[in-house]
Amino acid sequence: MQGITKSFPGVVANDHIDFSVEKGEIHGLLGENGAGKTVLMSILYGLYRPNEGRILVDGREVTIDSPAHAMRLGIGMVHQHFMLVPSLTVLENITLGREPAKNGFLLDRKRMHRDVKEFCDRYRLDVDLAAPIYDLPVGVQQRVEILKALYRGADFLILDEPTAVLTPIEAEELFGAVRALRAEGKTVIFISHKLREVLAICDRITVLKRGRMVDTVATEAATEESLTQMMVGRKIIYEFRKGESAGQKPVLTVRGLKALSDRGISALKGIDLEVLSHEILGLAGVEGNGQTELVETLTGLREAAEGTVTLDGEDITGETPLERIRRGVAHIPEDRYKRGVIPDFSVMENLIMCGQRDRYARNGVALDFREASSCSDQMMRDYQIQAPGKDTPLRNLSGGNQQRVVVAREFSRNPRLVLAAQPTRGLDVGATEYVRGKLAEMRDNGAAVLLISADLDEIWALSDRIAVIYEGRIVAVKPVNETTEQEIGRLMAGGRND
Amino acid sequence: MTEGLAAAAKRALTDARRSIEGAMFQVAAILLAFIVGALVLYVSGYDPVSAYAAMLMGAFGDMFGVGQTLTQATPIIFTSLAFLVSSKAGLFNIGAEGQFLVGAFTSSLVGIYLGGLPWVVHIPLALLAGAIAGGAWGLIAAVLKARFNAHEVITTMMLSYVATYLTGYMVNYPFKAPGWVSQTVRIAPSAELPRILPPTQLSAGILVALALVAFTAYLLQKTILGFELRAIGLNPSAAESAGISINRGIMTAMFLSGAMAGLGGACEILGVHRRFIQGFSPGYGWDGLAVALVGGLDPVGSLLASILFGALRSGGMIMTRSTKVPLDIVIILQGLVIIFVAAPTFIRSLLKRRSK
Repeated sequence: MQGITKSFPGVVANDHIDFSVEKGEIHGLLGENGAGKTVLMSILYGLYRPNEGRILVDGREVTIDSPAHAMRLGIGMVHQHFMLVPSLTVLENITLGREPAKNGFLLDRKRMHRDVKEFCDRYRLDVDLAAPIYDLPVGVQQRVEILKALYRGADFLILDEPTAVLTPIEAEELFGAVRALRAEGKTVIFISHKLREVLAICDRITVLKRGRMVDTVATEAATEESLTQMMVGRKIIYEFRKGESAGQKPVLTVRGLKALSDRGISALKGIDLEVLSHEILGLAGVEGNGQTELVETLTGLREAAEGTVTLDGEDITGETPLERIRRGVAHIPEDRYKRGVIPDFSVMENLIMCGQRDRYARNGVALDFREASSCSDQMMRDYQIQAPGKDTPLRNLSGGNQQRVVVAREFSRNPRLVLAAQPTRGLDVGATEYVRGKLAEMRDNGAAVLLISADLDEIWALSDRIAVIYEGRIVAVKPVNETTEQEIGRLMAGGRND
Repeated sequence: MTEGLAAAAKRALTDARRSIEGAMFQVAAILLAFIVGALVLYVSGYDPVSAYAAMLMGAFGDMFGVGQTLTQATPIIFTSLAFLVSSKAGLFNIGAEGQFLVGAFTSSLVGIYLGGLPWVVHIPLALLAGAIAGGAWGLIAAVLKARFNAHEVITTMMLSYVATYLTGYMVNYPFKAPGWVSQTVRIAPSAELPRILPPTQLSAGILVALALVAFTAYLLQKTILGFELRAIGLNPSAAESAGISINRGIMTAMFLSGAMAGLGGACEILGVHRRFIQGFSPGYGWDGLAVALVGGLDPVGSLLASILFGALRSGGMIMTRSTKVPLDIVIILQGLVIIFVAAPTFIRSLLKRRSK
């Protein structure tokens, strides 16, 4: 790809990018959110047309005008959001649109099965072909996506942030599969913003920054630090100074809290927890052990079946989300698109959410647009939200900037209690560092912070104390300097506290 | 200061451009409907030019035409705003017809039985009764949704039939006027909305409708309630997290929506018919849904689209009288407008191809 330029209203997503990939290599495409990685690859896959530049495949110039065309050229792409039919089986999804026929029109199920099975074995991608998609964990669904691309004859596979949705074990399995693909002579482009993964698996790495290409380097010649420098142009501070612990008092006290999951199964089986002022309590645990339900119960979104929640000494167990917001409970939801933002609202409308009845209300009926407007400007400056303007629909912002909007909204209320669930998921290094810094700042200002994260490094970098949740119970609470990663890891896996 | 002004002006300009671009699409769809309608006329052996000319003259050519057009448009303005408000909160209230009828009937009762009041009290009271009754009718569906998760598309539609037959029963039995027509007696003169453009039937109801257009725009864009309803409509989970009660929002939206339709029914009774006659609505509630979509789910768009539909009706009658083109062409045209507006992907792709 030579001199690729693509602009959208208000942004130049790709600015004269030269990018080349050799046959049979695993090529990492690294950059912060909004650096233009996905756009560049979408151009290659025929989803966008570039404004300028040319694409050469095997030395021949091509104009790729649709994904179908890209597939004919042997280019396949696995998106962040899967494109599968949930009610069909794995086999049906893989062969969809390319079903082998018998006598011209009958479905040749036997051959379908045999062909796909052969692919699975060759690339060590093990899946139950008869299972319907909706039954499968994300990691397996991703494998199905890869198989689908291969089945359609892809020699050149683009994986867009493939590990963002995977557990560490699933990610390891994916790496195995990607290496097997290379061994078969396939070419893989691995889009990511996780340095460690890119270093672990790629042969060469190309770094993008703000729509421009910084450099392409061989993996042997790169280190985490050098790549970080290239991505953000500055050093990253991973550790956050722990705040003073003088005058701490309990802000949030949870006693015997029980709640049901959406399916009506007991998800919280008696949680006891205390979060103090001036501290970050890290809640470690494998996902699905009740973290989601705990946060929802604490914010008032889910009803508590038993037990009490106390904030600053007052029982708030039965209070509505609004009453808790007014008491100073801030919430960074784990699923930003579901709970955190309204993509079709403007940046300003997203920033004034939660305060529409209080700070931004005028005489109880109308919105105070002057206040909303000046506060939004202030927040956009203070939290460095990059957007063409506060009236831009939020959906046009990059993921990192959307998260900044959430953080700005929640933190500018000067909360007493911060419930931060996976606050840096899907964010690039710069935005991650920023959000972590803000969490530490909240702590230093005296707030109680409950940090729920699947990322142990994050828990380690920020927490003063670490609690471990396992099957709906808190199995241990340890000060960070009195425990080890091994011990926490063992507790997360259901090991005994000793 | 000047900087702020410049920025505000720029913002207003981009806003205006965006809404013009949106409106362009609507207008293109409508033009296309008329072009296809012309083909239909031509194939059927009529002269499209003279038919359209007669229709245009009939609808807007003189004061009488304008009056009739606006008379026809008035009830649809109400019902389209009713659909619009519910849809902004993510609800599909397709039962405006029922809310319209219940509002109309209730206001006719107030108009008949509270005679003797001065008109400044009687008219507002009858309008208010219609609005509250329509709102209550809408609220039934909201409660069913909040309590039992019953889908409002089903409940509002079924409640429409209940309303049609219930009001039908009322004017055939308990409240039937002497004579063989299924209707109530005439309302008291003190409850009559004045006719403002005689000899047409145009009543002060159009002023109420215009006020409601302004109110709806203000409500949705400038108020806390509008903000919360739009948030619920776009992302209920995020709205809930931001402290907005979804159930309360659903009930408020459905009440408001029903009240708007009910108010429309009241205006139609007090201003045009002066009594409740069975079958007086040719389906204004259903038209409202289509008109709201043709108007791009925007209050002012609703107003303009209502006038278009009103013009089709009033102009269509003149056209039939002067050119022998059957009135059915009006229904075909309405259908075409709806099809072309409701097929946005088709139109957008046509526009895109041209711009490529």
